[in-house]
Amino acid sequence: MADFSQNRSVFIRIFFIAIPVIIVLRLLFLQVFDFGGYKEAALGQAVYIKKIYPPRGIIYDRKGEVLMNNSVVYDLTIEPKKVKADFDTAFLCKLININTADFSKQFTKLIKKYGWQSKNLTLFRNLSPAVVARLQENIYEFHGIDLIAHAERNFSYDCGGGILGFINEISESQLNDEKYSDYEKGDYIGVRGLEYTYEEELRGSPGVQYLLRDVKQRIQGPYKNGEMDSSSIPGKKIELFLDAKLQKLAETMMQNKLGCAIAIDPKTGGVLAYANGPTFDPKLLTGADKGKNLVALYNDATKPLLNRGIQATYTPGSTFKPLTALVALDQGVITPSYGYGCNGGYFACGRKVACTHTGAGHAANLGLAIANSCNAYFCHVFRLSIDAAKYGNVHVGLQKWHHYMNDFGLGHPTGIDLPNEKGGQIPDSNFFNKMYNGNWNSCMMSIIGMGQGEILLTPLQMANSMCLIANKGFYFTPHFVKSIDGDSTHPKLKPFLIKHKIGNIADSSYQWVAAGMQEVVEQGTGKIAKLPDVAVCAKTGTAQNNGSMYGKVIKLPNHSMFVAFAPRDNPKIAVAVAIENGGYGATWGGPIASLMIEQYLHDTISSKRVPLLKKMQTAKIIINYTYLRDSLDRQKYREKELLKNGNKDSLRKAIAIKDSIKHSKDSMLARYYFQKVYGKKLNN
Amino acid sequence: MSYKKTSVVDRIDWTLVILFLVLSIIGVACIYSVEHRDTDISFFMSNRRYTQQFIWLGISLLFGFVIILLDSKFITAIPFLSYVVGFIFLLLTLTPLGKAVKGSSSFLNLGIFTFQPGELMKLFAALAIAKFLSLQNTNFSTTNHRLTAAALALVPMLYIMLFQNETGLALVYLSFFIAMYREGLPNIILIIGFSIFALTIATLLIPKNYLFIILSVLAVWILWSQRKQIKRNKEILFLVAGIWFVGVLFSQVMVPIAFKKVLKGYQVQRIYTMIGQDVPEDYLHEGMDNKKQNAANYNVSQSKIAIASGGFFGKGFLNGTQTQYNWVPEQGTDFIFCTIGEQFGFVGSVLLIMLYVSFLLRIIFIAERQRSVFSRVYCYGIGGIMFFHLIINIGMTVGLAPVIGIPLPLLSYGGTSLLTFAIMIVIMVRLDMDRQMVLR
Repeated sequence: MADFSQNRSVFIRIFFIAIPVIIVLRLLFLQVFDFGGYKEAALGQAVYIKKIYPPRGIIYDRKGEVLMNNSVVYDLTIEPKKVKADFDTAFLCKLININTADFSKQFTKLIKKYGWQSKNLTLFRNLSPAVVARLQENIYEFHGIDLIAHAERNFSYDCGGGILGFINEISESQLNDEKYSDYEKGDYIGVRGLEYTYEEELRGSPGVQYLLRDVKQRIQGPYKNGEMDSSSIPGKKIELFLDAKLQKLAETMMQNKLGCAIAIDPKTGGVLAYANGPTFDPKLLTGADKGKNLVALYNDATKPLLNRGIQATYTPGSTFKPLTALVALDQGVITPSYGYGCNGGYFACGRKVACTHTGAGHAANLGLAIANSCNAYFCHVFRLSIDAAKYGNVHVGLQKWHHYMNDFGLGHPTGIDLPNEKGGQIPDSNFFNKMYNGNWNSCMMSIIGMGQGEILLTPLQMANSMCLIANKGFYFTPHFVKSIDGDSTHPKLKPFLIKHKIGNIADSSYQWVAAGMQEVVEQGTGKIAKLPDVAVCAKTGTAQNNGSMYGKVIKLPNHSMFVAFAPRDNPKIAVAVAIENGGYGATWGGPIASLMIEQYLHDTISSKRVPLLKKMQTAKIIINYTYLRDSLDRQKYREKELLKNGNKDSLRKAIAIKDSIKHSKDSMLARYYFQKVYGKKLNN
Repeated sequence: MSYKKTSVVDRIDWTLVILFLVLSIIGVACIYSVEHRDTDISFFMSNRRYTQQFIWLGISLLFGFVIILLDSKFITAIPFLSYVVGFIFLLLTLTPLGKAVKGSSSFLNLGIFTFQPGELMKLFAALAIAKFLSLQNTNFSTTNHRLTAAALALVPMLYIMLFQNETGLALVYLSFFIAMYREGLPNIILIIGFSIFALTIATLLIPKNYLFIILSVLAVWILWSQRKQIKRNKEILFLVAGIWFVGVLFSQVMVPIAFKKVLKGYQVQRIYTMIGQDVPEDYLHEGMDNKKQNAANYNVSQSKIAIASGGFFGKGFLNGTQTQYNWVPEQGTDFIFCTIGEQFGFVGSVLLIMLYVSFLLRIIFIAERQRSVFSRVYCYGIGGIMFFHLIINIGMTVGLAPVIGIPLPLLSYGGTSLLTFAIMIVIMVRLDMDRQMVLR
């Protein structure tokens, strides 16, 4: 053997060791230093993180009646890849009550949007229980079809659609919002109403389950024996001040009327009933056709989804008079026995402000003035208030009055636990400075004293002002929720426990105003609200309002307003009712408010008043203007959209629409003038 | 001391046998970990691979027992005959007896069972080369005999590569050059061969611009390090420049022209498939896509994920999330190393590699103590085969070597593979028992 042989043996040994060392180095980088981030990839692949959704909190009324609970609904999903040639589309369509054309239309739409490769495309949402039952029996025949369960809400008392809200899948824009960082696509979230405000409490916290899956996505068992799992925490139950029976009664009476009826417990600020008009079936906000229903509700001319209680502002009309009196009494510009010689109008400012009463002595003192709702009296008193000598100057006087109004909770949102509350409008000196270039006096705004002119209140603010008078000087921010999971001092409820005290208006002032308001029911304008053995204090209001029709201001039927509280001593309920275009306050607002009071205090409606209730429930007070206005707005919007498009065809269409708008406008005005001149209505 | 006085048991190299058994049992355990489910009721389930592997291990031991009892002269008598028979089996794969499995036609269906003649041929080639080199009239310093020895390895290799489409299996035959190197093959031949091989692979794997830079840097580095010699002998300068030029010409001009103009699209694709790579954009012919190749990339990335997820200490036996739930394709066979990497982490992987290296070093130790050339060459041949398998297989799972699909010796699931390695090793043990004899 040659010499080299031993050398070569050593070389080979070195070679046999050196190359594996390279592999070991590579392993060091892969396994120890995690070079390339493969470890994370492993977790993403084999570990499936399953979210466990807790049941959403249940909403109860003050008596423990369930208003909102949970149910399960099913979505029909499809995985296009798995669909085979033997898929019996016709049979499936028969099972889910959909014609085949619609089915294929929906299917192709989804395919176009998400592609063939995607998993679990949701074909149809919220199937009805009957369809689900039918489908579950036969689902094995359809490869690629699946029923996915998800939580849905259920209005178990069939009321409160306008205030409880609903849940929906979280939107793309919300997902991008930092506020919703712990939400994921496909999560449900409260939309509108209390579901929105108390989302955090109602939602609970989802649990997480770590599961292992194999390459075919089949679940194989828990990861690390479930030690990383967390269980879900159910949503908190929420108890409301709402009285389900009263709520339902209010909702039935608000059918086919625009406006709102609100009842508040003055002692706590808890909302007892809150019915927006027009009432709609809360079931529309759940179940199979939720999406479709919502679109229909949004597009409805009467705007049922507009939360009129806090989002619509009205001139309060005469219901404002008690507050005018209260301010004047506190300022000492009048005494309860102060009278004004009204003979059918207020002429002090050169222009006549009409008063419905002409009889002498109908405003001989404060009580009578309230009871008879004398316009002249309150215009005068308002002027006395803001022109009071001790302020020296009307600008300062108005500011003082503005302060009072602020204290009363007007001119700014009350802070109720519903989203998107409006503040209304209470003018101050700046407001008129802008309006009149700084050159104004009390005459220009005297009608504010009788609740007309530049002031706007939400129905909720009106109800709240009643609480204030009923309580003789304090109120709690109106709110729905009494307790969260039995805890009435929950941090979220803290703001509602604060007692808002109003300066130091003397108790006697409130008593005089309350006495006047009781007179309203006993012998004044609001006799309709009289209840046996209950001292009801109330005030009617007939708010003038104007609509605009393309620059022309047209006078529309008055709003019917009514505010009340009862009983006078130890008050238990304060009510405000606004019925748009209802005419006199006592015609619609009065009965509705008084029926609500009766229901709440007596827990029943006396047989004598049942016909009145029937009348309230069946009457439809929606003027044509609502529909015309809506139709015109819609046409105008379409015209704008078409003009935006800019091509020839859409321009031609836009011109046609413009003509049609002009035509509508002309006929509308013609009808209006015809009615005005001849006092007759033209049939449609 | 004469060997005849010691018993058969004493003459067996137990270190090697125990290493063999340990590795085989680890193999069964790995396959068990892949297939085990918490819901399994019994350990032995006949339809499971680990049970089958266990049975194959038994069969292998049975074969081994028989071989131990054979006369070592029998082993030295059969090599050329077995080589010819083996080659006939290889040829038979092209006849209707051949069976195509996953695009390769390397299997032979003999009615009762299916096997890969190419696997067995490794053994026969090892024997034949050993026999040839130990022939009395063989002089390995002559070119003729060197070529003959090389041909014994290269003919089956080319045959398997060209007709059976089994690159991995074919390339294993290159490992015989390790044995030939030990027997005196000049360094320069290996260096040139290795360089051509490296340049070819590099041309395929590395973008040509980078390769140009690498080649140039390499040339400059060699020139700089040899500057003293160059002063004395200018020929080195020309030699290096010439090699550099050929290298650049090959990688920059010839390969691109060949791939773009000469070869057809599917041929280019085939070449890249052999090394488990996507065809680069430049060489994509019209109407081709890379979808088919992505499978290999997918395998490697899944394998890397599994191994990396093991971390330092691993997830523990039967706790693998990737390997236990089929995330790594072929994880029972070619990618069996992932199960070690994931379940036993860096520590376990290194221990396993150390076991293998010990095994290889033991083979060399045994080879060097042989008195006969036949035994020594044979041992080196087997050592080379094992080494090649080990490096390419593990290299493949960690993304260092092309995916050419060869099993990890003794660990991977596969009856033929296990049996072949067992027979190879036991023959070595048998030859070692007679190490005092001069076998020819």
